[in-house]
Amino acid sequence: MSFNRRAFMGTGLAAATVLSAPAVLADGHGKPRVVVIGGGAGGATAARYLAKDSDGALDVTLVEPSRTYFTCFFSNLYLGGFKQLSDIGHTYGALAANHGINVIHDWAVGVDRGARTVTLAGGAVLSYDKLILSPGIDFVDGAVEGWSVAAQNKMPHAYKAGSQTELLKAQIMAMPEGGTYAMVAPPNPFRCPPGPYERVSMVAHMLKANNPTAKIIIADPKPKFSKMGLFQEGWAHHYEGMIDWIGEEFGGGNVSVDPEAMTVTIDGEETAVDACNVIPAMKAGRIAEVAGVTDGNWAPVNAVDMSSKADADVYVLGDASQQGDMPKSGFSANSQAKVCANAVRGALTGSKVFPAKFSNTCWSLIGTEDGVKVGATYEATDEKIAKVDGFISQTGETGDLRKATYEESEGWYAGITADMFS
Amino acid sequence: MRWGLVLLAVCLGFAGPGAATEPLGDTEAGAKLFSKCKGCHKIGEGAEDKIGPHLNGIFGRAAAAHEGYAYSKSMKRAGADGLIWTAETLDAYIEKPRALVSKTRMSFPGMKDPQDRADLLAYLRAYSDNPADVPEAEPTATGTDHDLDPAILALKGDKEYGEYLSSECLTCHRADGSAEGIPAITRWPEEDFVIAMHAYKQKLRPHPVMQMMAGRLSNDEIAALAAYFKDLEK
Repeated sequence: MSFNRRAFMGTGLAAATVLSAPAVLADGHGKPRVVVIGGGAGGATAARYLAKDSDGALDVTLVEPSRTYFTCFFSNLYLGGFKQLSDIGHTYGALAANHGINVIHDWAVGVDRGARTVTLAGGAVLSYDKLILSPGIDFVDGAVEGWSVAAQNKMPHAYKAGSQTELLKAQIMAMPEGGTYAMVAPPNPFRCPPGPYERVSMVAHMLKANNPTAKIIIADPKPKFSKMGLFQEGWAHHYEGMIDWIGEEFGGGNVSVDPEAMTVTIDGEETAVDACNVIPAMKAGRIAEVAGVTDGNWAPVNAVDMSSKADADVYVLGDASQQGDMPKSGFSANSQAKVCANAVRGALTGSKVFPAKFSNTCWSLIGTEDGVKVGATYEATDEKIAKVDGFISQTGETGDLRKATYEESEGWYAGITADMFS
Repeated sequence: MRWGLVLLAVCLGFAGPGAATEPLGDTEAGAKLFSKCKGCHKIGEGAEDKIGPHLNGIFGRAAAAHEGYAYSKSMKRAGADGLIWTAETLDAYIEKPRALVSKTRMSFPGMKDPQDRADLLAYLRAYSDNPADVPEAEPTATGTDHDLDPAILALKGDKEYGEYLSSECLTCHRADGSAEGIPAITRWPEEDFVIAMHAYKQKLRPHPVMQMMAGRLSNDEIAALAAYFKDLEK
């Protein structure tokens, strides 16, 4: 973190307050303004809770480029054929209609923390008293040799759901008989730790039905991964001999790809592939960097309210934040958003601020009605969001329990999307 | 000498307080109390399923595990989550059925008196494996008294705090009270809600997520949630 910049911004902020105050009043309503950038699990939840709980005392604007938002969570189930794409698409009409949120479908391209304004790609300038950034992830340039975003149609990442997910599914469906699907898995930390491995399970499920002699290779820079024992047990049970996981010790981190030739080279050995899912190393969504609140790839925050360590009027939620022990997940972002909304509303309206409590549960589907989960509770310490207690599904569980876990994940999906968009 | 002490300590550690060979209760008194149950449940030689399942061999069995009986969805879920009928869980269930299994079809309101429950359990116990053949550990040991301190039930919940805390519940449970895959928690009588949450906290109700979530809630926080969810309208 650059303390010089921070000190500089601090001075700028004091001067700018004087300048920006009349601009807010000139708009004619004098309500405190909150601008939320990003309409996913963090941003949509924060905007909804701020507007819902403040009963009109706050002016809440949500900036999100997509008119239909496809959740990353459950997008693997679309790949596996358990969901339609439309099942995971959501719109923002209810947030505007039910809670009076001003929803703007545009990209935020600039943040002036001195003037407390956000500039949109369309040219509009929004002023704020508090700014909440929940921009999700972007990819680290050059993270996988041979791959760049320009190659994402040949080798999709499908790690922001929607057209990329559709494309990857089409490529998997078009694989020749006995063909090869390769995944380049990301290094830690990344969005949805069990996500790549649930995806492999879902791809295997689909291939087993349509192309049973096909092969799956995973090149992984990590020595182990989330729910590893559960996935490996499930792979042996449902998809025996189909999946080859090449971890760190077998050179899984030494990978390059050639999107034109459709080859993947793992530890010096080149393999021709028919579909290739490259999930590169990740960093905070670009607007966090533009706002100057990142340190390295992520944006450090204070655990008690998710405020940026660089600016007390800026908050960072979800995947983009560097908060401590919570995994980067939709559930985590939703949980952080509620703590943040409570703190922001308290700061702007004087409402009571309650202590921060966080929790997370991640469900994964391994095969038909074979669901597993991992979860934990967290608290805010001076240093970070710290884990309190946790649990994980066990290997060898009964089919009934796995089915109940899957049904529970469906219930959770309905619950969290209602909590974000209704 | 030293070994003797160690062994003694180990035995006490496993047996726990009061679990030695104490009988569950008075079987004769329990037989009379069973008249409240027998409209729906049969027990003894040749007993068959009626409105409710027959109760032979209930001790040590998983919930909803008796084949041939059509259990409620809620009871099946409890069984899948790992609820085993022991003296302790049966005691909790008979005390307040819905506090342990939310939407059980058993329409019995509950039996308040701990001695009555112990007597009834002693009677039911006689139709499970012969106690003489089974060590006095779970599932045959006397249940620990899980009755909540009346002071906990008397706590008045802070609804405003409950509203804030509820946001954590609403990531999974629906504010509109629908119950697809995950049970509804709105509009419960406060007492039922408090008992259910404490049952998770004490790990009587099975479910790893709920045991974890309830485990870190204070008595006041549980009361606050009960007060908030009681009146939550769609």
